[in-house]
Amino acid sequence: MVESSGSSPKGSGWSRPKRASQPPARLVGAASGWGMNCRAEVLEVSVEGRQVEEALLAVLHTVLLHRSTGKFHYKKEGTYSIGTVGTQDIDCDFIDFTYVRVSSEELDRALRKVVGEFKDALRNSGGDGLGQMSLEFYQKKKSRWPFSDECIPWEVWTVKVHVVALATEQERQICREKVGEKLCEKVINIVEVMNRHEYLPKMPTQSEVDNVFDTGLRDVQPYLYKISFQITDALGTSVTTTMRRLIKDTLAL
Amino acid sequence: MDTDLSSQDRKDLDKFIKFFALKTVQVIVQARLGEKICTRSSSSPTGSDWFNLAIKDIPEVTHEAKKALAGQLPAVGRSMCVEISLKTSEGDSMELEIWCLEMNEKCDKEIKVSYTVYNRLSLLLKSLLAITRVTPAYRLSRKQGREYVILYRIYFGEVQLNGLGEGFQTVRVGTVGTPVGTITLSCAYRINLAFMSTRQFERTPPIMGIVIDHFVDRPYPSSSPMHPCNYRTAGEDAGVAYPSVEDSQEVCTTSFSTSPPSQCVFTVSKAHFQTPTPVVTDTLRVPMAGLAFSHQLMVPGKEGGVPLAPSQPAYGTQADHEKMATCTPSDGAHYIVTPSSSEDTETVSNSSEGRGSPHDVLEAILVRKVGALVNNSLDQVTMTNLDIPFAMFAPKNFELEDNDPMVNPPDSPDTESPLQGSLHSDGSSGGSSGNTHDDFVMVDFPAFSKDDILPMDLGTFYREFQNPPQLSSLSIDIGAQSMAEDLDSLPEKLAVHEKNVKEFDAFVETLQ
Repeated sequence: MVESSGSSPKGSGWSRPKRASQPPARLVGAASGWGMNCRAEVLEVSVEGRQVEEALLAVLHTVLLHRSTGKFHYKKEGTYSIGTVGTQDIDCDFIDFTYVRVSSEELDRALRKVVGEFKDALRNSGGDGLGQMSLEFYQKKKSRWPFSDECIPWEVWTVKVHVVALATEQERQICREKVGEKLCEKVINIVEVMNRHEYLPKMPTQSEVDNVFDTGLRDVQPYLYKISFQITDALGTSVTTTMRRLIKDTLAL
Repeated sequence: MDTDLSSQDRKDLDKFIKFFALKTVQVIVQARLGEKICTRSSSSPTGSDWFNLAIKDIPEVTHEAKKALAGQLPAVGRSMCVEISLKTSEGDSMELEIWCLEMNEKCDKEIKVSYTVYNRLSLLLKSLLAITRVTPAYRLSRKQGREYVILYRIYFGEVQLNGLGEGFQTVRVGTVGTPVGTITLSCAYRINLAFMSTRQFERTPPIMGIVIDHFVDRPYPSSSPMHPCNYRTAGEDAGVAYPSVEDSQEVCTTSFSTSPPSQCVFTVSKAHFQTPTPVVTDTLRVPMAGLAFSHQLMVPGKEGGVPLAPSQPAYGTQADHEKMATCTPSDGAHYIVTPSSSEDTETVSNSSEGRGSPHDVLEAILVRKVGALVNNSLDQVTMTNLDIPFAMFAPKNFELEDNDPMVNPPDSPDTESPLQGSLHSDGSSGGSSGNTHDDFVMVDFPAFSKDDILPMDLGTFYREFQNPPQLSSLSIDIGAQSMAEDLDSLPEKLAVHEKNVKEFDAFVETLQ
């Protein structure tokens, strides 16, 4: 617990704390054309088909819990006050797991929509059951006409999903518990990253607030985010990219 | 170090830390209440929601936290700790987690108090909300109810992690640097339970052995009382309370020593009894409790199955009633949960009082009811024929059956377990003679009652004879004999044994 150079509490005699989980893989996104300060975190989960949605929602909501504030109310003097964020415990039906999300039906609906689309895409792809979903936080940089606004990501969370098929009920029961434990680890990973207190966009003025925050929701205000997903094959390449390449090659003949 | 910090900032910082500590306690305790938490977001600021988070304040919890803090703030060497533990319906408790809010000396002078520190504390609270659902104790707390409750205790000062057992794990929730030090929030949690799925825990009653260090004494007596993590105690079933650990142990020990015959409570499982090790040798004069005694008596003419009727006598049920209806425990806490049923005759290896106490093992193997060979036909079987090593303890008078307490036992308890009934059709309704089960009579006769042969109670007996002297035939003076000598003496020994072959054969015959 006390890893810093500060003095450890007197007389505690702790043994070296055991890390409860593996830290997430960190990538520096310089090569992919992201902004300089973009950090990328990757989480991987192996789940049964019916657990896909809940596992993804758990991860996304945990991230968004940390990346949402109350609604800003700007006052005349350039100061602002912040609304209150409520929280809710959500029990998963297919996983032995409970996660906390912000109390916002709108946000939940938005996430469920995209997670549902991802699940359908996974099912329809007929592939190996591999896919990934990315939650990207970005800032808008206004450009002059005719250039459109630039979106500069500053944090990207990628969740790689691997769907497994199980045969017996006993395996499914074990999977319930195992996936629950894995998600516990993921939450600990996410919290670890969040508490590094690394780059966060500066708190904006009233005119700039829409470049930093999503002010469209009624009760909470998350940082601007977008969610995308891909179905991948075993090599990690996007299936759509492979298809495109195939077609191009065919046409070239 | 405070000169760099303006007095307003310092005041603000102290206030932030104080309310952060209070909110931390609320989040932790509420996460262990056993129910889902739900608060609403509000777009217009109310001004009373610290850190822009809707966290309810349970008044009792705030009161306890303030009492523990006593006007102080977490500082170096002075941490605020919230201890979460589990208490079973039998009164055993076990520490599950310790949440620590600490301060170390690493200062961040540059940071803005009113803005950055505040927002980071808010973020830390959100992390705490997430992490409290992720440690093993969460799932346990969601299932609390009949068999166990979750308790919390707040203390301030040095962190005490000894009660968490070996190999506990820690998870860091986060840190926030401030100009006066770095605030760290972390959790140390017991992992023994992590190997048990929580389903397993609720299905089987907590028996000794699930947690290895279950019975380690708490090194630090609680300076503050434990409180249940249950907000709805007020007004609901306040009369139902668990006895404290001390009370239930007292119940256990009194059942040994002063219990009248009908109140002795050992239950023995068939499995236990069928595989005893006959610890009977000729040199051991000391009676090894009713176990060996009755074992010997039962051997002749009986194969296998020992129809010792485990009983749930009146005392057992009395004890249950005591548990349910008695006074509040010494620590003054009230619990909603009713104790689990101990009329469970399936788990016969548990005695109803002894569950969870260190006396369990002993109780499980001690024979409470002695099947005595009491019969008309016993005349044929004299003490000498039986060659019982503890013949002096065997009932002496077989002629006066009417007066013999083993034939006509005192009044048996009214309640009988169904298991008892099925195992022994006579029931314990007194000794019987001349019935089909000639070899055995169930007798309500305790092994160690006051007017018995042994002038002591079972507990004293056990303690005194716990370490018997080494048997002379078993102790080999290693220095005296060498291997070569051993080998040399072998032919002689063989010759002697060959001579006595007939004796040995006869002996083997008697065993069969």
